[in-house]
Amino acid sequence: MAEIRIIDEKCTGCGKCIPVCPFSLIKLEEDKAQIMPGCTFCGACVDACPFGAIILEEEVKKVDLSEFRGVWIFAEQREKKIMPVTVELLGAGRKLADDLGEELSVVLLGDKMHESVEVLRKYPVDRLYLIDHPLLSEYRTNFYTKVFADLINKFKPAIILMGATSIGRDLAPRVAARIKTGLTADCTALKIDKEKRCLVQIRPAFGGNIMASIITPYHRPQMATVRPKVMKKMLPGSSLSPEVVKIEPDLSGEDELVRIVDRIREEADVKDLQEAEIIVSGGRGLGKPENFSIIRRLAELLGGAVGASRAVVDAGWIPSYHQVGQTGKTVQPKLYIACGISGAIQHQVGMRNSEVIIAINKDPEAPIFNIATYGIVEDLHRFLPMLIERLENLVSRKS
Amino acid sequence: MHIVVCIKQVPDTEELSRVRVNPEDNTIVREGVKSIINPFDENALEEALRIKERKSASVTAISMGPPQAKEALRKALAMGADKAFLISDSAFAGSDTWATSFILSKAIKKLGNFDLIIAGKQAIDGDTAQVGPGLAECLGIPQVTYVRKLEIKDGMIRTERTLEDCFEVVEAKLPALITVTKEINEPRYPSLRGLLRAKKMEIPVLTNEDLNLPSDKVGLEGSPTRVVRVFTPEPPPKGEIIEGDLEKKVDRVIEELKKRNLLRWLK
Repeated sequence: MAEIRIIDEKCTGCGKCIPVCPFSLIKLEEDKAQIMPGCTFCGACVDACPFGAIILEEEVKKVDLSEFRGVWIFAEQREKKIMPVTVELLGAGRKLADDLGEELSVVLLGDKMHESVEVLRKYPVDRLYLIDHPLLSEYRTNFYTKVFADLINKFKPAIILMGATSIGRDLAPRVAARIKTGLTADCTALKIDKEKRCLVQIRPAFGGNIMASIITPYHRPQMATVRPKVMKKMLPGSSLSPEVVKIEPDLSGEDELVRIVDRIREEADVKDLQEAEIIVSGGRGLGKPENFSIIRRLAELLGGAVGASRAVVDAGWIPSYHQVGQTGKTVQPKLYIACGISGAIQHQVGMRNSEVIIAINKDPEAPIFNIATYGIVEDLHRFLPMLIERLENLVSRKS
Repeated sequence: MHIVVCIKQVPDTEELSRVRVNPEDNTIVREGVKSIINPFDENALEEALRIKERKSASVTAISMGPPQAKEALRKALAMGADKAFLISDSAFAGSDTWATSFILSKAIKKLGNFDLIIAGKQAIDGDTAQVGPGLAECLGIPQVTYVRKLEIKDGMIRTERTLEDCFEVVEAKLPALITVTKEINEPRYPSLRGLLRAKKMEIPVLTNEDLNLPSDKVGLEGSPTRVVRVFTPEPPPKGEIIEGDLEKKVDRVIEELKKRNLLRWLK
């Protein structure tokens, strides 16, 4: 069993470990640090102690993982169209596979998928596992889990990457639980520890103010989900084209516990955030929900979409599909204008890859200014109306 | 009908975003972070209570966590849950989503028969959304995630499952597990009577003495993943703070937008 303890002789009571605990579980008792129940063994205090007084002990096990090889990408398709996140994962997966000196494969599940196969064949991938079956025509948790888990057990990949979408986040944990392996959600960076030949998965943790590196030491495959727009797309066109391996699934319609009755596309009253070139986002600094009209007006003028921080979505000021950040959407527009958003890391991870960031906030200490290309310390209720007026003048001059 | 609601106690992220670095000694300053019920789990509980009010059902709230997580369960009782159980043991500390799913599944089996399990779509501290599906897998029951509408009829549920650009109407046979989004309902506040009632109620603790789970399946040892390092992200290069009076600032922004050809969609 794992154990964390403090060596009283070494502890000077300096208290440096107290603020680094993400759960506030360390206190000083008679000038010695003490860890209260609830510790998750994250190790933050171990790194922070200048005297080596905190020890995290875990038995090191020996497990032979050598039969697991190669990197797999789960090809997400909707109505037979390959989702962009798949191509982003192929780019990330190629690098990981090359670093390991192993093969990159893509796994495609669906019904009558020949056109998607042709799309995927354009990319420099070593192998394409194709499972074509009528019961796989639309995503259903039970059938997809069965087929994917069987495939993993048969071919034993070392790494599997999936998109952190409403499908990937439904399927990945179910598969990981079935084959008992580790899964890390919403990774923002992935790399290979070449010495240990393992995958290092980096993601925001503890509400998003801290980053964590996570590994899967004793289990294979190592599974991770990555949100759309986090990785760069793989470019097609190279001499390498995947060898297609067709697999017959072991599926029976009798297992049908879940049925999709209907699929309804909602009237898109907003421009898709993730495809928008310009996003104007509002946060708590707007003061009240009605003031989102200023954000909407600016977005409309610039030809952009409306975004929002978690705080205002949680407060019910605006529907959640506008939310940008770790819990919302990750975006990469050419221009991101953050209005009255303080910029917690959980928001930053959703928008920091934007080409240009303009932040308007009256608090000069707001963390958003750390990543803004241009920071404006100003009351948005003064700044935005003037900006809008000037832009409107430009429009009327143009027409 | 027996409904189990899974609850997690989380730090209030609203408060977490106020965490700052003290420039004097470069340490992190955290101003009294308080604990709350994970907001999506309040939606899960609310949905269970609404079912209870429409038909006869009993609602059990469970939470796995340290002893202090009892507070969250106390609130669940105050909102109207019939029973609450805390699953807590030092042997469970350090559990990742796999081990948590496993322990929860064993605890739920121990509590007896159930028809429906409801959880929030994810917890706002970890944001993984993995325990719901993991739990459904350990129990061998169907799951529907991201549910924004729920109806129950003749041993079936009919749900609206939210996807990125559409929603699906999904039916599943009970027993099943669903995870819910905020859109599904507006959680109630505990009534004064509820608060008084909850104060007197007992919240039994299930330890590993009750569940008797092997050490290699729980806690850190039973967890496939390990956090190897926690760090504050490196600050990116600082941008420019535009100085001057209001008019100057607006001028400058328009100038930069023009220079970067970002006004081309202007209408």
